Amino acid sequence: MPEFIQIMISGLSAGSIYALAAVGFTLLWQASQTINFAQGEFVMLPAFFVLALMSFAGFPLWLAILAAIALSVLLLGAIFKRLIVEPMISHGTLPLVIATIALGLLLKEAVKEFYSPLGQPFPSLFPQEVFVVAGASISIPDIANFIIAMGTIIALQLFLQRTRTGRCMQATAQNPDVAQILGVDVKRMVLYTFLINGALAAIASVLITPVYLAKFSNGEVLGVVAFTAAIVGGFNQIRGALVGGLVIGVVDNLSAIYFSAEYRQAVPLILLIVIILVRPQGLLGTAEGRTV
Amino acid sequence: MLKNLFMTAALAVSLSAGAAHAADTVKLADVAELSGAGAAAGAVWHDGVKMAVEEINADGGILGKQIDLVAYDSQTDPQNSRAMVQKAIDEGTYVLLGTVYSSSTVVNMLVAMQNGMPQITGSESPTITAKNNPYIFRTAFGAQKGLPKLAAYLKNVVGAENVAVVWANTEYGKGGHDAFASVAKELGINITVDIPTEQAQVDFAADVAKIKSSDADAVFVYLTEEESARFLIEADKQNLKLPTAGDTVLASQKVIDLAGKAANGALGHVGLTTEAPIPTIQKMAADFKKKYGYGADHNAIKGYIGVYMVKYVTEMIGEFDRQKFADTLHGLCLDAASHPGILMDACWDNTGEMSRASFLVKVVEGTQKITATLPAN
Amino acid sequence: MTPKNIIFAIVAVGLLIIAPLGQGNYITYVLCSWLLFSIAAMGLNLTLGYAGQVSLAQASFMGIGAYITALMTLNGIHWILAMPCAVAATFFVGLVLGYPALRVQHHFLAFVTLAFNTLVFLAFRNEEWLTGGSFGLVGMPRPDFWVFSTMKQLPFYYFTLVCFLISAAAFWWIVHSPWGRAFKALRENPIRANSVGVDTRRMTLLAFAIGSAFGGLAGALMTPLVQFIEPGSFALVHSLKLLLMVVVGGAGFFFGPILGAAIVILMPEVLRFTEGYYLIIYALLVIVLMVYSPTGLMGLGGKVITRFRPQREVRKDMVQGAQL
Repeated sequence: MPEFIQIMISGLSAGSIYALAAVGFTLLWQASQTINFAQGEFVMLPAFFVLALMSFAGFPLWLAILAAIALSVLLLGAIFKRLIVEPMISHGTLPLVIATIALGLLLKEAVKEFYSPLGQPFPSLFPQEVFVVAGASISIPDIANFIIAMGTIIALQLFLQRTRTGRCMQATAQNPDVAQILGVDVKRMVLYTFLINGALAAIASVLITPVYLAKFSNGEVLGVVAFTAAIVGGFNQIRGALVGGLVIGVVDNLSAIYFSAEYRQAVPLILLIVIILVRPQGLLGTAEGRTV
Repeated sequence: MLKNLFMTAALAVSLSAGAAHAADTVKLADVAELSGAGAAAGAVWHDGVKMAVEEINADGGILGKQIDLVAYDSQTDPQNSRAMVQKAIDEGTYVLLGTVYSSSTVVNMLVAMQNGMPQITGSESPTITAKNNPYIFRTAFGAQKGLPKLAAYLKNVVGAENVAVVWANTEYGKGGHDAFASVAKELGINITVDIPTEQAQVDFAADVAKIKSSDADAVFVYLTEEESARFLIEADKQNLKLPTAGDTVLASQKVIDLAGKAANGALGHVGLTTEAPIPTIQKMAADFKKKYGYGADHNAIKGYIGVYMVKYVTEMIGEFDRQKFADTLHGLCLDAASHPGILMDACWDNTGEMSRASFLVKVVEGTQKITATLPAN
Repeated sequence: MTPKNIIFAIVAVGLLIIAPLGQGNYITYVLCSWLLFSIAAMGLNLTLGYAGQVSLAQASFMGIGAYITALMTLNGIHWILAMPCAVAATFFVGLVLGYPALRVQHHFLAFVTLAFNTLVFLAFRNEEWLTGGSFGLVGMPRPDFWVFSTMKQLPFYYFTLVCFLISAAAFWWIVHSPWGRAFKALRENPIRANSVGVDTRRMTLLAFAIGSAFGGLAGALMTPLVQFIEPGSFALVHSLKLLLMVVVGGAGFFFGPILGAAIVILMPEVLRFTEGYYLIIYALLVIVLMVYSPTGLMGLGGKVITRFRPQREVRKDMVQGAQL
């Protein structure tokens, strides 16, 4: 039993961070039909911004994190959209998929060449204290990660529902043509989506790297997790991506213990295939009509 | 036939065209994991190789010839490593250095063997020297030599009877796992939990939880650097109090740097460490740090030693002859006193396996402390 | 075939025959590798470029083909018998993988095939009793054809070349047959294709199955070429590599994947002088290419030609190359 509680807690903590990456993935898809195969690298990179700012510019940790978020918003948000997505959006989905695969490779190799091929330790944001509850160890970072990740997603949801800009963004995601006619600045709304994705990736990066360590190849794992979570939860719903992230975090851990350590990677993927075939709109999603 | 004729002719021409022209350099190829998943190991190995080459060249080279080092990137892809070894041979390397990942070495050593090319590898998988390949030589002994020392320590000193084994489910990890399992059986150690993990796995929560709820009284970890550190961090977080032991990697400086205080208490058996109380190694480590700005590890030392093996053996036979090189190195012992570049006394047997003293270490307050020096076996 | 095409084909085959002469073993090996990946990329081109079905599982089909060939030849069965088994098996597995394509399209299909690739990889690695697990299989013989032994690198090249030419001819025949046009109709507008009597269900499944069988053949050639196979050679990243080959070369063009494979395989050679940076440069070039010419290099060439020599608009399902 303590074992079960332990992995539920660990799974939820990891899953909440996966959810951040998955939400960003979903947002990009909604706003611009971008399937971002570099999403994993987007989560890998900001941790290196923090490390570089701390070691080369002598920033304290908190300032480095703020600056890294700002840099991600600029580079992974605005520049990514301007230089890669925008010129290709009229070309259809596949060239953009190829371009993001190449972008992922580019980011990975650039970090390896210009920073280090070795994993790097990353400072912890929270005290490492551990409580023992019902035989399971709960650490402060676990709880803090969960709260920050959930808080971020809830804040984003409120922003989308309660503010004028947020509602304009939703309108753009649902039907850009109609939104345009109604006077929404569609281009600007799409840009906002990319900026938000940059920020979400940076937050996920800063939360996850103290445990996962900063390494150029981390994106390979995180990218697959992000889109699996997005699809399992529902590709067209923020709530869906949230639930998807948590489900994948828990399922991954459960299958490692109760199913097979050798096939632990297989379980989320089988879940992915089943969901796509049986319920393509995802666990929480609403039907999109005929998928395009 | 025709090609042979041409080559002989070309050789004769190049020989007669003046020794001075052809004789000033000797080509040395390093096929290493410069990109891909193994870049962390391969790039450091290559830096060790580079440093030794520069030292030797500054010191007059091998038999008066400067070494022309050529790097080939295997991309950590066994097939590509095979192609690169072929290319290095086509381009006329004298001896071949690399690769570090055993999954690559087991493939490309076949090509080197077919071409009679001596190959000095950084791989530690037991399979490498078990294939009767007369051209392969190690720079660090195989896991099958180190693990009995570690298992005996676990049983006799730690007093462990039930051991949990966490290993990377790759060629490297599987080799270590199988070697440990057979040693454990001999010593009567019971493997209670057997946990394979993915290459580049990031989340070890479930694995630690599983060990915690088992009746294991010690943990044996056979993972690569980052994964070892992630495991230790998670074990620390879940308050896993068991003694944790590993081979070479677990108590290495890289893992200590990555895991921070979580690495404290980790036990390791290491063949090569920059912490070794041996002046030649400490000087090499200091030079390395000065030159590249980061600390050397066992892979850097392996690459460094590899180049010096080429130098000493070649100077022993007095000419650049591949077959003689391989023949001489079989059964050879080099002592560090008269061959400082070899760093520690070492011997090679007829399979290319090597033996050398090793150390038992424990991580105390973030540094490796040598608890025992074990004789070569 | 027009006379111009025939002359072109003869010249191309001639060049392929003389290409390895006087080269070292390494270059010959790289050329073999290029021909082999061209075959796999051709298959993916059929699925993706002609029929418009996104597949990220081509490497797993190479793997299935390679393992079947390896297991059979290691047990003393001649390659010439093992190869058809590999091709047939991948054909049927491809057929099965085609079923999801009947339900979902584009990005969903991409994810299903991507998951499939990883599952196949896990099976290769974990089912040690059959596949040798992460140690892989080693020592597969190269085929002997009575007087013609492919043990040496040069004969093996010609052996690979013959397989390549047969595959290319088969591919040419498929895309110029009524099937080929049905595939393109499926890509351009499945609903219209259905309404004019194309059995879209059958054609979708066939596109997957035939494309996968080409992958199986490539795998059957890889086994004797490398004489060592391990699960990592068929991981997802290799499927992405194959996808890059097809799209960079030009999806939906006959020569697209052959050109794309040449670039992916030979690029490290050409960019060697940049040392560690070649992957960065390669990635940048791919991005730039996709921005300026989403139809790949063949499309780029076409664009340049059209600029100097404008052509008449052709029917969509007759034109080569696809914007997916």
